[in-house]
Amino acid sequence: MHMLSIIRQFKLASVVLASFFVISNAAFAETSLLNVSYDVSREYYKDLNPAFIKYWKDKTGETITIKQSHGGSSKQARSVVDGLAADVITMNRSPDIDILYERAKLIPKDWQKRLPNASAPTASTSVFLVRKGNPKNIKDWDDLVKPNVAVVIPNPKTSGNGKYSYLAAWGYVLKSGGDEAKAKAFVTKLFKNVPVLDGGGRGATTTFAQRDIGDVLITFENEIFLIQKELGADKFEVVYPSISVLAENPVALVDKVVDKRKTRAQAQAYLDFHFSEIGQDIAAKHYLRPQVESAANQYTSTFKPLKLFKVEEVFGSWAKAEKTHFADGGVFDQIYTQ
Amino acid sequence: MSGINTSQYSRYQSKVARSRATSEPAWVRYLLIGIALSFLSLFLFVPLAAVFTEALRKGFDTYVTALSDPDAFAAIKLTFLAAVIAVPLNLVFGVSAAWAITKFEFKGKSILITLIDLPFAVSPVIAGLIYVLIFGAQGWFGSYLIDNDIKIVFAVPGIVLATIFVTFPFVARELIPLMQAQGKDEEEAGLVLGASGWQILWRITLPNVKWGLLYGVILTNARAMGEFGAVSVVSGHIRGLTNTMPLHVEILYNEYNYAAAFAVASLLALLALVTLALKTFVEWRAARDASLSENASQ
Repeated sequence: MHMLSIIRQFKLASVVLASFFVISNAAFAETSLLNVSYDVSREYYKDLNPAFIKYWKDKTGETITIKQSHGGSSKQARSVVDGLAADVITMNRSPDIDILYERAKLIPKDWQKRLPNASAPTASTSVFLVRKGNPKNIKDWDDLVKPNVAVVIPNPKTSGNGKYSYLAAWGYVLKSGGDEAKAKAFVTKLFKNVPVLDGGGRGATTTFAQRDIGDVLITFENEIFLIQKELGADKFEVVYPSISVLAENPVALVDKVVDKRKTRAQAQAYLDFHFSEIGQDIAAKHYLRPQVESAANQYTSTFKPLKLFKVEEVFGSWAKAEKTHFADGGVFDQIYTQ
Repeated sequence: MSGINTSQYSRYQSKVARSRATSEPAWVRYLLIGIALSFLSLFLFVPLAAVFTEALRKGFDTYVTALSDPDAFAAIKLTFLAAVIAVPLNLVFGVSAAWAITKFEFKGKSILITLIDLPFAVSPVIAGLIYVLIFGAQGWFGSYLIDNDIKIVFAVPGIVLATIFVTFPFVARELIPLMQAQGKDEEEAGLVLGASGWQILWRITLPNVKWGLLYGVILTNARAMGEFGAVSVVSGHIRGLTNTMPLHVEILYNEYNYAAAFAVASLLALLALVTLALKTFVEWRAARDASLSENASQ
């Protein structure tokens, strides 16, 4: 019977392959770190990880591997809560790391205090990208609420990038002397000019750059540099607003995971490496603003000095901003459904 | 599903060919053929061509490099592993279920049929979430699994489970109508002549449905390799470890690595083409066997 022998072969093959995978999984468990990160940090870690592996080998003689997992930040944080064994988590907003304490007690509440600069080795900021020649003459936030200007922003409900853009606009009004009511009116007008809300930063990039929708894209500075590099510097122009938000990228080791896997020393060294001179140089190469002062001072020609405010400074805390603006029924829901 | 009695089907087809088509005026025929062809080319051939042109845009070397990248290779390996485990399991399950449903009478039969169809009705994302809710750290068995260091979700077993779930109706769905149409006469004859249960299964039932079975396996395999939603939820997206080919395509695309993304996509497309070719071959053999047995019985 042919069928019988086919089934036997299948079974044999699956057993062989399955055992092979068990072996490779066991090998993986010994000297590796898993870094669970947000969507657009891949290019940065493709450079940073080999540099750290070399550094660690030179220092201790141990060979380690670093595995990367990338995806939408909330989804990634959720996966770690659900058991994705991340040794370190690197996000673009602190609430996406807070959730590890709140939902699963994987880290202590005061995780941000464990590393310099509130655990944020790098940062970016929300700036504008316009089409070549700046046909709509966009110079600052005020120009975005003019009629006939279409603005592309990722959805603030689902995307960290979108939240920063939203808060940057809000903070702009407050910082230039307006009150909360004026800020709300301004942001309402701004989102009236948004033709489509993409789920994430990369989606918004595709909408603006590939599908040619909108006059201006508000997204992270590092994403904008990358767009120009990948899709042509001659097609777009960067516009720096007078003031914007400092989008800090916090990092943390996941205590419960590193203690179990006995990788605390490696994970700690990996995070420290983010703040080292080499780490900061690699960040700058990927258009992330170095946050260690000595490194930041070296790159003032790459990164235009801007007036940047922290979320905590204008909105009290991320938790408060989240609750007031982005929770269900919050300010964003009110202005966008109107 | 195309599992209706194939001999009836081919007889019906030839009747249609003789009576209907010739009675229509030529322009109607050409118009209909034209519409069908342009629809096909717009929705199938053009995208297919686009996949291969994009994949080879930066030259054949880039194409080969993209596919031999360790992460891409790991994704290919994992995709095949998931299929190699899911397909035989679903083959066994599908044959048992179809055998039980069509050859025996028992209580709860209609419930079983409904349950088999469940994965068709449930969105793949939900299928993935089910496993996270059961086996995730916050799930029902979460603490037990963590204590015993067993990894299911965000590891290979979770991907295999999700793949099995979304593919398990195919074989059974393919076999049930076929076995129903064939009836139980031959099995009963075998039983009367003293054949054991296994002999009946191996010598009568399976040979009778072999083409339908193979067709079901091909469909199962195609879906197992192409599944995105359910696998995405349970994957954890660890590069080189828990990414399957469809997930790897998405990652590469999001990295502006279009050539590599389409290179991996073209491999999936090739698999689909091979599947189509196999499917056509199986249908042709099934039709031939059916007409042969018909001629023999006349």
